[in-house]
Amino acid sequence: MIEKALKGSSVYWGWIIFLLCLIGAGFMAYLYQLKVGLGITGMSRDISWGVYIAQFTYFVGVAAGGVMVVIPKYLHHYSKYAKIVVFGEFLAIAAVVMCLLFIIVDIGQPMRMMNVILHPTPHSMLFYDMIVLNGYLLLNIICGYNTLLADKKGVPCPGWVKPFIYISIPWAISIHTVTAFLYAGLPGRHFWLTAIMAPRFLASAFAAGPALLIMILLFVRRVTRFDPGMDAIQTVAKTVCYAMIVNLFFMGCEFFTAFYSQVPGHMHTLEYLFSGLDGYGELVPFMRGAIVIGLFGVFLLLVPTIRRNPKWLAVAAASVFLSTWIDKGVGLVIGGFIPNPFETITEYHPTFPEITIAAAIWGVGGLIVTILYKVAIAVREEQAA
Amino acid sequence: MSMDRRKFLKAAGLTALVGLGGKGAFELLRPGKVDAEMGHKDHGEEVHGDKKSRSKVRLAMLIDVMALNKKNIEKIVHTCHYLHNVPNWGDPKDEIKWIWEDEYEHVFPDSYNEYNHILKGMPFLLMCNHCDNPPCVRVCPVQATFKRPDGIVAQDYHRCIGCRFCMAACPYGSRSFNWLDPRVHLRIEVAEGRKLNKSFPTRMRGVVEKCNFCVERLAEGRPPGCVEAAPDAMFFGNLADPNSKVRSILRERVSLRRKLELGTKPSVFYLI
Repeated sequence: MIEKALKGSSVYWGWIIFLLCLIGAGFMAYLYQLKVGLGITGMSRDISWGVYIAQFTYFVGVAAGGVMVVIPKYLHHYSKYAKIVVFGEFLAIAAVVMCLLFIIVDIGQPMRMMNVILHPTPHSMLFYDMIVLNGYLLLNIICGYNTLLADKKGVPCPGWVKPFIYISIPWAISIHTVTAFLYAGLPGRHFWLTAIMAPRFLASAFAAGPALLIMILLFVRRVTRFDPGMDAIQTVAKTVCYAMIVNLFFMGCEFFTAFYSQVPGHMHTLEYLFSGLDGYGELVPFMRGAIVIGLFGVFLLLVPTIRRNPKWLAVAAASVFLSTWIDKGVGLVIGGFIPNPFETITEYHPTFPEITIAAAIWGVGGLIVTILYKVAIAVREEQAA
Repeated sequence: MSMDRRKFLKAAGLTALVGLGGKGAFELLRPGKVDAEMGHKDHGEEVHGDKKSRSKVRLAMLIDVMALNKKNIEKIVHTCHYLHNVPNWGDPKDEIKWIWEDEYEHVFPDSYNEYNHILKGMPFLLMCNHCDNPPCVRVCPVQATFKRPDGIVAQDYHRCIGCRFCMAACPYGSRSFNWLDPRVHLRIEVAEGRKLNKSFPTRMRGVVEKCNFCVERLAEGRPPGCVEAAPDAMFFGNLADPNSKVRSILRERVSLRRKLELGTKPSVFYLI
């Protein structure tokens, strides 16, 4: 099937070349990082995780979000998702690969990576993260590839794939739960030490992943002969709306606990992120913007006439994606380190090589999505013809 | 290979410590024997290692804040960083710290009392707390940081993958990461007249490090470098032994420990 990715328009090839350039530039930057060390990034003794881990966290969510089309299709037999469920799975594949790459570029001794397997450590959440992420990648490859192959042949999906599909549903929940547990079990990091970290991660994941899926499907609908079905897209939009409302509600819960209790440790990071603390507040415009954009997105999705308009729907999905990205892909990880254990503040400024490396991983994700979607769309177009 | 080294280190360290017991400026081991001879019993104070091991040794450091001054602080920090070949990057972004000075309000941010003018602005020495319940050990995915039977939280620079999970987990900011190659910088410092301690290894970039309670010196029967540098301000000994010098000091002096509410059970005490 993969050969279908080799036939495309000049725009298609232009896009592929653009992504390859992005990846190439990031690869050079990574070689530089390997040679000199992680000191080339903006990370420091106080902000010991930065763009890489923040992006990792966000894309675990995008990967888990794919389950929002898998559940209706396989647990509720919602037939309108029959044609798009494979796109959810392929998006998850790309997102998990990005996650794994973000981890690899973040560790100081990548050649020792296998130590995680050589010295398995069940009391470390990172050990479980390794298992669930790799497992989820494998599950989505199995499920995505086989369902598409069956579609191509015009036969029902083979029976042995079904158990893998069912396992992939709780597994999707597990990847983001474990990722939340990386943060939510650390004493002394007040901002992360919250029992609703995992639920909030899942809510934002079920908003962000499907929002990205909507954007891509609307694009696919415009530029290819394959129509994913406006009904299906509308249903995904409703899922995004619910999930985003729950996400904003959870965020409000965090604010309530912090500011009604008035416990300084609980308030400090929120103050830093949303109003500035001790004269520091570089993230304030972004975090406030995230709330405004998120509410705007929810408003667009709530009003049926607006939601049914594909252009406004694209704006709504982009708003939700951007809002959750700022909240989780920037504020959450950086905020956890501010203030530091001495209640002083060091701010974080990612460097050019660091951003180049992160952009390259986005490029890898884009390339995987492009190739897998190209194949899937070609199969769908054949079916329609 | 690395497993063997680790086991060897654990065994060697303990044996050396046991051999030391009862001699020198700081007494360490044989608490069980002493207990039996003196008829002492531990009255349920929180001194032991984790419940399962019921270790008879738990090494602890006492820092007499009242005896600290600019001069001995500088000597302590210099001694430690010399002994362990800690580079002096001069830039807070890249810096490595094993022991360093900070003010009361930063050391005890959760119990800071603005009306306490005695402690306000007073210099404290910060180091790894060698917690009895260390979160860094809990989160490390490769057991590169681990707790020895004597309570020392050790770091294996040869196994560490540099994920920095331990830095996020440590509530005391005690851990440093080698963002750049420390050997490159040490070479520059040597050219500028710094001396290297040839008996202690330098590290490579991309791994985490911190205070090790001078485990390499303990193995030779010598006290930690900071204690030797300021014997009237730093005291080291076995917290699990009710008859030890550190326990008798703790019975007489008021002491503070950092962020006790987190349940990490620090082994560093501040005498005030």
